Amino acid sequence: MKARVHVMLKNGVLDPQGEAVRHALGAMGFDGVNGVRQGKVIDLDLAEGTTEADVTAMCEKLLANTVIESYTVELG
Amino acid sequence: MHAAVVVFPGSNCDRDLAVAFEAAGAKVSMVWHKDSELPEGVDIVGVPGGFSYGDYLRCGAIAANSPICRSVAAHANRGGYVLGICNGFQVLTETGLLPGALLRNAGLKYICKTVGLTVETTASDYTSGYTAGEVIDIPIAHHDGNYFADADTIAQLRGEDRVAFSYAENPNGAQDDIAGILSENRRVLGMMPHPERAADPVHGGTAGAALFRALTGALETA
Repeated sequence: MKARVHVMLKNGVLDPQGEAVRHALGAMGFDGVNGVRQGKVIDLDLAEGTTEADVTAMCEKLLANTVIESYTVELG
Repeated sequence: MHAAVVVFPGSNCDRDLAVAFEAAGAKVSMVWHKDSELPEGVDIVGVPGGFSYGDYLRCGAIAANSPICRSVAAHANRGGYVLGICNGFQVLTETGLLPGALLRNAGLKYICKTVGLTVETTASDYTSGYTAGEVIDIPIAHHDGNYFADADTIAQLRGEDRVAFSYAENPNGAQDDIAGILSENRRVLGMMPHPERAADPVHGGTAGAALFRALTGALETA
């Protein structure tokens, strides 16, 4: 089984990197960008028997810092 | 006083911290990240600055889950003292020993310079050698020092007098200018600035030495 974890800064947490990307896009002439948020994608190659609950525990304990980040898990 | 300084792969302020503890009269043991136990009789654990595990995933995240950090957390939960500086502060927030998190600097740049720090409280064994409101010159050197916590947490920290130091001029976007915070029992201190880099005349400043002297004084008599 494979799992893809998306980790994003929570709404309301300033994302200076996203802001820098937005500024750069604006400077390049892409005027239509109102906001940019940058996150992480983590792909997990999981052994047989690993459950979605296990992946959630991985997110809670290590992959995301839930003080500042939210995460979603896609199993595939 | 017996201090243990944790060494992670990528720590680079571990020796500076050990020297600062020793200069204040402490006995120091260096502890490797793979060790699972702290040495017998340790009064305080120093979690040093640097780039533990290359700052992979998030600053401090992997260090916070290393074998030694379980012992550091147990030590803190027993009422032991822990001082986390710079990357060490990031590690302590990742372990949950201190609230909040350290985000990328608002200006996106790594900042290395001496800044003015306001001593917000003298009611701790770290800050009792200063006077409240005093501004001390201490270097910062970080890319992710922008302290973040939700509004309730900030209000709680202020309400409980747990902000140890704040920036006289905010260099990194930290909420409420916060540079260092204390745990509820006031025995765990995390701070982004480096007192161990201002602890000897050859450093160009000695304002940090009072922190180590205060600690040694408090823990020797304890």
